[in-house]
Amino acid sequence: MGTPLPVVGKSTVRPTWCPGCGDFGVVAGIEAALKRLGIPSHNVVLVSGIGCSSNLPHFLSAYGFHGIHGRSLPVAEGIRWANHGLTVIGTGGDGDGFGIGVGHFVHSMRRNVDLTYVTMDNEIYGLTTGQASPTSTMGHRTKSTPTGVIENPIDPIALALASGATYVARGFSGDVKQLTDLVAGGIQHKGFAFVDVLSPCVTYNKINTFDFFRQRVYKLESAGHDPSNLVKAWERSLEWGDRIPIGLFYRTERPTYEELEEVLSAGPLAQQPAGLAGKVSLLDEFV
Amino acid sequence: MKEIAIRVGGQAGDGIASIGESIARCYSRMGLHTFGFNAYQSVIRGGHVWFQARASDGRPYSQGDSADVLYALDRASVEIHAPSLRRGGVVIHDPEKFPLATTDLPTGVRALAVPTLQIARKYTSQSILQNAGGIGAAAFVAGIPLDLLHQVLTDSFGRKKGEIVDWNLGASADGYRFAETNASVSEHALRPQGPPKLLMTGNQAIALGAAAAGCKFLAQYPMTPASSIMHWMAAHSQALGIVVKQAEDELAAIHMAIGASFAGVRSMTATSGGGFSLMVEALGMAGMTETPVVVVESQRSGPSTGLPTKTEQGDLNLMLGAGQGEFPRAILAPSHPKDAFASTVRAFQLAEEWQTPILVASDLHLSENFATVDRDEVPLDVEIPSLYAVESNGHEYRRYQYTENGVSPRAIPGQPGLQFIAGSDEHDEKGHLISDVKSGLPVWVAERQRMMEKRMRKLSGLVTAAPPPVVEGPADAPLSFVAWGSTIGAIRDARAELDAQGRATNLITFPTVYPLDPDRVRSVFATARRTLLVEGNYSGQLGRLLRAETGVELSEKLLKYDGEPFFPHEIVARAVEVMSHGGQ
Repeated sequence: MGTPLPVVGKSTVRPTWCPGCGDFGVVAGIEAALKRLGIPSHNVVLVSGIGCSSNLPHFLSAYGFHGIHGRSLPVAEGIRWANHGLTVIGTGGDGDGFGIGVGHFVHSMRRNVDLTYVTMDNEIYGLTTGQASPTSTMGHRTKSTPTGVIENPIDPIALALASGATYVARGFSGDVKQLTDLVAGGIQHKGFAFVDVLSPCVTYNKINTFDFFRQRVYKLESAGHDPSNLVKAWERSLEWGDRIPIGLFYRTERPTYEELEEVLSAGPLAQQPAGLAGKVSLLDEFV
Repeated sequence: MKEIAIRVGGQAGDGIASIGESIARCYSRMGLHTFGFNAYQSVIRGGHVWFQARASDGRPYSQGDSADVLYALDRASVEIHAPSLRRGGVVIHDPEKFPLATTDLPTGVRALAVPTLQIARKYTSQSILQNAGGIGAAAFVAGIPLDLLHQVLTDSFGRKKGEIVDWNLGASADGYRFAETNASVSEHALRPQGPPKLLMTGNQAIALGAAAAGCKFLAQYPMTPASSIMHWMAAHSQALGIVVKQAEDELAAIHMAIGASFAGVRSMTATSGGGFSLMVEALGMAGMTETPVVVVESQRSGPSTGLPTKTEQGDLNLMLGAGQGEFPRAILAPSHPKDAFASTVRAFQLAEEWQTPILVASDLHLSENFATVDRDEVPLDVEIPSLYAVESNGHEYRRYQYTENGVSPRAIPGQPGLQFIAGSDEHDEKGHLISDVKSGLPVWVAERQRMMEKRMRKLSGLVTAAPPPVVEGPADAPLSFVAWGSTIGAIRDARAELDAQGRATNLITFPTVYPLDPDRVRSVFATARRTLLVEGNYSGQLGRLLRAETGVELSEKLLKYDGEPFFPHEIVARAVEVMSHGGQ
């Protein structure tokens, strides 16, 4: 037996986030979850789009694909289907995932692709210096909405439940311990695991701050929530105000896309033979 | 070259395409090179559709201009197509549907009234069976043996068995015998020659080429005229071990393909201009992250939704310029299914070798129409080298290492010790971003320039790898046609006609339309006397590209943007005009 291959740790690149950014808690949670599960770093792929939070793959020692805005999930799906032996984690922000990329969000959940999607939801566009995001609350005054947002925000948890995600959780970057549990649970879960993380922007969002969330969050597991109950999960997903639930909303078992795709039953696609050598009879259909 | 052409016309839903394809297949099984042209509209029922099966003892490269037999399922088909019939031609119709007298037809063309509905009623109340009587009569006049027609019809029903097949065989035999009694075989009928040919569409050839080149993953969103690539791949997915994903949109399709390629499988997506417009940003991402991907762009008439079922070559500018910034790409432009197979294989090899997106430019005319190929023109035994370009040596791995030819050692996720980040932001050799805290600092300004130059060196490699323009015909001919893509087919047929008239021409084509090697292009044009650009677009996009890249100016143009493919007679007429009067 050789030495075990290293698990995911920090990379040599230091995070470029603002001091105090919620995303530090998220990268810590992902790192801790991967360490706990002992998955070798070369078998992990972190996939992101564009935004402050989408820089996350650079800060860990796994493989990464830092693509373009809103498209992390289809890249992540392609990676899974090419090699379903890999642990694939999508990371990004609320603009990336619920704005420009919301179509992919919905479709990857209905497919139940076996990957984990961690969003750093700060209810604002940070990297573009403070415009409203799809999760900004009504009335939120931003550079693009000087008189306040006049659109109802997207509820990512409810959207995930409606779209068929089989693991739906909300974390808080102020509680790395719980977040680690939620991410680790998502990675272990067979199917699409969604972890929306309340991850405050300390520079551009003066409403949804760490204090704002600390005063409001409560843990679902402490409230006796049963994550196997979809109706109760729905009810909890609608709570947003004085009390905001964090923890596991819903978990269920459903065959994954990779299990249902017959071609993948022969093993990871990247390891299957390619080409048509010796398959001359294939041409007979054209006669 | 002797030829015969059978045309079938009617409304969408009448089964015109399947009649036409069956006749084309009879000819290809007779060992004759055949072209099958399917003209249809963007409706599922109604409208006017037609199919022309054209066979020859040489090789037809287009639908041709004329027909010898017209099977008209409605009167409109007679009005539209009778003028295209050659002397000695026959119009097959059912008098119960509409009467037709030979006096209604052009001189030398006669009507053959076949009781197709009456024949059908012998077997069933389903009126669609009338087609069987009609195809039987057409086959007789077309010189197709009845047993061959029966084999083709039986095969077209696939695993379906029982009375439907029996009815079709019975009714087609009745139609055949009716024609035997009431008409004679066309004087243009051809004898069988040699073993059966393979009859395939451009899209089938592209899909086959992709599979042969080792494609393991196709993601696509339905869009005419690219959809049948996905259909062929999906039908063969399990047997060939290729994952086929219908994505939620073209954005997802290309990103899935890029993701799969990043993770170690050869991947492709295919679309038409509208979908390709959505893929543009991702194309640049593949360029920036140096991820191989093959993108098939099957053009149709634009702009916008345009004419969804009609052809055009209007997207060359789009393919050349797709994506912000600059990155290496190549555009391969097949003209015929045999080239479509080879170009797709080549596209995968180039994508893999140069780690950059490669485009295969098709169009509706190539993608959806049928042509015959010989087995040795689609060699399935393609060498597929391993993707893994590097193994960990314990030292720090640089995914984007500066190299002489710009190609850096590639690792695949799952390989220990080679972890890297593929970044769509500008990055250094290790893949670390230089777009944020480093950008603008002198050392990183220089780094950006070096990385840009590293990537663009691959374009020089692609120039060297590109085959030179191909010249068909005598180099010193007084007229050189200049073309790319499916338009080449009609020019070849026009050249044969011009040769027959004693007018020598040649044809200069671009199997790789981009990048071009200016020196090699200029040397090809050095001997050209007068040039005639033939392109299926409004502005002469290839002409502009040639001028921009090589300084070559083409003297004459024949441009078409009415949705229809070129017909040989249009090219002949223009060539004669240019050669006689010096053009305009």
